[in-house]
Amino acid sequence: MQARTIRDDTGTGAGADVEGDGPDDRAAESGNNRTWRSRHVVLPRLALGLVLLVLAALPLFLAPYPIGLAGRILAFALLVVSVDLLTGVTGMPTLGQVAYFGTGAYTAGLVGIHLSENGFVQLAAGIGAAAVLALVTGAVAVRTSGIVFLMVTLAIGELVHRVADSMSLVGASNGLAGIPAITVVPGGEPLLLAGYVYWWVLGVFVVGMLVAYLVVRSPLGRSMRGVRDGEKRLHAIGQQTYPVKLAAYTVAGGLAGAAGTAWVAQTRFFSPGDLGFDVAAFALLSVVLGGAGTLWGPAIGAAVVVLVRDWLSTYVDGKGALMLGIVFVIAVYTLPRGVAGARWKRRPATRRPATRRPATGRDTT
Amino acid sequence: MNDLLVLEDLTLRYGALTAVDHVSLRVRRGGRHALIGPNGAGKSSLFSVVAGTQRATEGRVLFDGQDVSGLTEVGRARVGLVRTFQHSSLFLGMSVLDNARLAVEGSEGSPKRPWPSPRRDRRITETALTHLESVGLTDRKLALCGALSHGERRQLEVGLVLACNPQLVLFDEPTAGMSAAETERFSEVVESLPKEITTVVVEHDLDVVFRLADRISVLSAGRLIADGTPEEVRADEAVREAYLGKPRSSEPLFGTVA
Repeated sequence: MQARTIRDDTGTGAGADVEGDGPDDRAAESGNNRTWRSRHVVLPRLALGLVLLVLAALPLFLAPYPIGLAGRILAFALLVVSVDLLTGVTGMPTLGQVAYFGTGAYTAGLVGIHLSENGFVQLAAGIGAAAVLALVTGAVAVRTSGIVFLMVTLAIGELVHRVADSMSLVGASNGLAGIPAITVVPGGEPLLLAGYVYWWVLGVFVVGMLVAYLVVRSPLGRSMRGVRDGEKRLHAIGQQTYPVKLAAYTVAGGLAGAAGTAWVAQTRFFSPGDLGFDVAAFALLSVVLGGAGTLWGPAIGAAVVVLVRDWLSTYVDGKGALMLGIVFVIAVYTLPRGVAGARWKRRPATRRPATRRPATGRDTT
Repeated sequence: MNDLLVLEDLTLRYGALTAVDHVSLRVRRGGRHALIGPNGAGKSSLFSVVAGTQRATEGRVLFDGQDVSGLTEVGRARVGLVRTFQHSSLFLGMSVLDNARLAVEGSEGSPKRPWPSPRRDRRITETALTHLESVGLTDRKLALCGALSHGERRQLEVGLVLACNPQLVLFDEPTAGMSAAETERFSEVVESLPKEITTVVVEHDLDVVFRLADRISVLSAGRLIADGTPEEVRADEAVREAYLGKPRSSEPLFGTVA
């Protein structure tokens, strides 16, 4: 998407960033409009279209198991994008998004069992429950920042994990089983085949990504990035940051909830293990791997993490975590700014020496 | 009302230490005010109380006739009492234009819509662009702020302040760590500010102070010891003693101490 073009304009090595500027802002700026458009507007759109086409065509080529894996990647990627909204965009590293992921999943599962098999109803219920929980817990959590915030969110994740582990309504430690297949139209055929379910998950993923991009490009998103880059300065120019952080937290929570409903629509089973600490850690790892601050980077990071853990590891005798560790070490050395920060070709010397800055760093005053 | 900023008996204590001791001060509308004093005189403390970073232990801050003592930094910025930071403090990971937009949105208190709206965003963008133009950064508007040179960052800093639509700007030791050329440039920027914007500069560099200020207040050990025009302050005996040091003749370097 156009988001990455800011780097090309400035030629800095600073963290790739999702920018609020639309292509219109930029097109007007350029001296050579046509070249600029083809490089910064047309090409990314072509790439985006191609990726969507390939994703949509996957069920036509792949067997049910790999399709299931692809669907899980998409659902996990949406969770990772919600982590990135907080970690990379707002500068608040979090381990708590699994709590809202699980809330969305359990809510969708319960609605599916007791109320409605309609996927849209489950999606709405899952998002709503997750967003409300995020609003309530976030009201406390976002008063902190940095490492304290990380610990508070870790506590929120663990708390929800413990509750899920002991609450008989959601099957306690056995997990919530017997969730019926979703339907798309009321009273319609349930989506039993993996390919159709995958398309549903893909739809949720695409809409979720779209929402995330809209939020980042909105005034709220601009303030979120302002919080990341200098919260004190934001105060000094007359912006309250608490509402910004709480809104970001709630949106991210709702997005994680949507990811949860997509996940459970596919697995039709959800257990406390699916929202454990390792999932939270993998989600944060995916953000770092993909490049914090961009949204598409962490989505790719999520794909790498799930593929290495669930697919590559089958070839090395189930040593998925070890493989992930190796991949992470390699990534830190070769792609310090994640996939999104990679520079694919050598550029001529930049106008100025690049300002090095950690991807989620803020300037201290 | 000819006084934009009035400090009444302002006091700030950290436990037993009185950093600011009953300071009363008036800043004329449109004035170029400077606050000087030796190290530890309480300049920074007074600055933070006026900016709203810290609450005064006693006393009031009146701005434009209103008591703003109870307002936070955000609230004071909204009514036009804007501060700058000692070290350049910009949003480095964002474009120059987005930096300016943040300031415009802040000063207007515009709602933080979670979705883009081309029509309403355009108005914000246009306002932000006029401010960028006034500091000469129009052609750098899409650059990442972190890629700007030191001088350009200073320009943007001023642009951000202007975008806040201030009545009064508080500068916190603006020339700290600047080279002579940068200091010169900064002085020019302050001199070029519109006359209706009042400035208060807390500063170490006396050359800058005597160049920019039409009125100087001197703090020493938390107390206001002098307040007047540069000439009056320059001639003030107490100031000489507290700030510039005692005349050499009264403190012999050699010989026996009485």
